Amino acid sequence: MRLQITNSSDCAVAKLDGELDEGCVREVREKIDGFIAVNDFSRFVFDFSGLSFMDSTGIGMLLGRYKQLKQRNVPIYISNARGHVDFILSTAGIYTIMKKIS
Amino acid sequence: MNEFKLKLLSKIGNESFARSCISAFCLELNPTLEEINDIKTAVSEAVTNCIVHAYSGEEDKYIDISVRLEGQKAEIIIEDKGCGIDDVDKAIQPFFTTKPDQERSGMGFTLIKTFMDKVDIISQKDEGTRVIMQKEFKKE
Repeated sequence: MRLQITNSSDCAVAKLDGELDEGCVREVREKIDGFIAVNDFSRFVFDFSGLSFMDSTGIGMLLGRYKQLKQRNVPIYISNARGHVDFILSTAGIYTIMKKIS
Repeated sequence: MNEFKLKLLSKIGNESFARSCISAFCLELNPTLEEINDIKTAVSEAVTNCIVHAYSGEEDKYIDISVRLEGQKAEIIIEDKGCGIDDVDKAIQPFFTTKPDQERSGMGFTLIKTFMDKVDIISQKDEGTRVIMQKEFKKE
């Protein structure tokens, strides 16, 4: 798993490459939360164009960040989720709380 | 017919090894990429359940996995000797989790049921859980 977070034009983008599962979720969570704590932005985007696998552990991570950013009124967007990852996000109802963008 | 057995420690990270191994073993039935991803997800969920729930992070316990291929069908059994599930009917409900504090989504069994054709969960309190999953791969 590779995670890169950038912040420009008031928009934070977290790009995840590889596989998101129990083995790496803690590190991902800590990195994102560390970033959120010290940065200002009005939108947060998860760029999943390089994410080849995700299971329900990833859903838990997304819901956790949603709860946090909701308190700051920051909406979350999901960008470029591929086939299987996209299907899991739909099944878990993630797109009802995070907008899908391409 | 072909069969494969795997015994591995309940260590975080082994869910990745298990899903790669088992999906690779199923390749002889010529599954589609989508079917392979279905198997990977179901295995990842079931093994993560063993690590996180059955053994609550104890890394010196074992998970037993067996895969049986027959015709176009794969039967995957994932078994632990952990704490067991109090109420299986409740556990399989979407969004039900016993560990909301750990940001668990409660979607594990829902995804397993979505991706596999048939799923049976046999659990005994303090003795363990056995998840039996079946999937038939489409013929080309």
